[in-house]
Amino acid sequence: MLDNLDKKLIAVLQGDFPLVPEPYKVLAAKVGISEQELLARLAAYRQSGRLRKMGAVLRHREVGYAANALGVWNVPEARLAAVGQLMSGYRAVTHCYSRISLPEWPYNFYTMLHAHTREECRALAETLAQAAGLEHYMLLFSTREWKKTSMSYFPEYAKESGGSGG
Amino acid sequence: MLTPFDKELLNIIQTRLPLESRPYAKVAQWLEAEESTVLERLNWLKDNGYIRRFGAFFDSACLGYVSTLAAVKVRPEQVAAVAQAVNAYSGVTHNYERESEYNLWFTLLTADQAEQDRVLAAIRSLPGVEGLLSLPAIEKYKVSVEFSL
Repeated sequence: MLDNLDKKLIAVLQGDFPLVPEPYKVLAAKVGISEQELLARLAAYRQSGRLRKMGAVLRHREVGYAANALGVWNVPEARLAAVGQLMSGYRAVTHCYSRISLPEWPYNFYTMLHAHTREECRALAETLAQAAGLEHYMLLFSTREWKKTSMSYFPEYAKESGGSGG
Repeated sequence: MLTPFDKELLNIIQTRLPLESRPYAKVAQWLEAEESTVLERLNWLKDNGYIRRFGAFFDSACLGYVSTLAAVKVRPEQVAAVAQAVNAYSGVTHNYERESEYNLWFTLLTADQAEQDRVLAAIRSLPGVEGLLSLPAIEKYKVSVEFSL
């Protein structure tokens, strides 16, 4: 379970990460704990899977990956785990989930594909389809990004810290 | 333009910033550069829009949040208005128009299922919305947004 200190720490870490030589010291001061305790908690979060990553997410268009497609697949139930493992192995597949299917929407498996061009995306999907032995899929290309942000977890705890500037 | 050094730096910084007191000094050591150079280039990359977000990325489910992917069928002339109404919810983190019968796709994170139900019901009733599918995940196989530069 997360205690109040965890929630405050997580809320503070959703703000801008300091670009100074000792960034964790700055964040620890905001939370009101020592740098050692902050680093120990972060290490524990990483161990438990709560912290997925410390680092940067790039703007994919700016770094040359202009085409992104949501691949929706129809995968037999019994093969989900194997297909999930197979597709996760491809670097161009950034997200890979199984999801519920609905009568009007039979797709139960989802991949996010990033490539430089649409042609590259299509070729990649075809490679995935052949490797996984799947025939029923669609690529839904994005035409407009309306929103892409990071979640503000426990925002009520961030306010207490006097604003994180982000 | 990205320099070869910037690309190397981005390739590293996408995967790991060390959990230690002087993380940029450690990255500088890997790149055989100065800590001040790493900081200067990171500032530049952030200011120039190459880095979308820098810092800690948490797993929403591990923090107790409930999530779903919603697909909305919107009449074309009302997509902009619906997209903006969807954006207004703080739990909506991604919202994309896509080439599909369901033309607006967004992700929603909420503290609990009841809040998710409330938000989706409100969006379903917006003018121009002809259908909304909620597609919660069963199993997460991969989330790793990294690009080779």
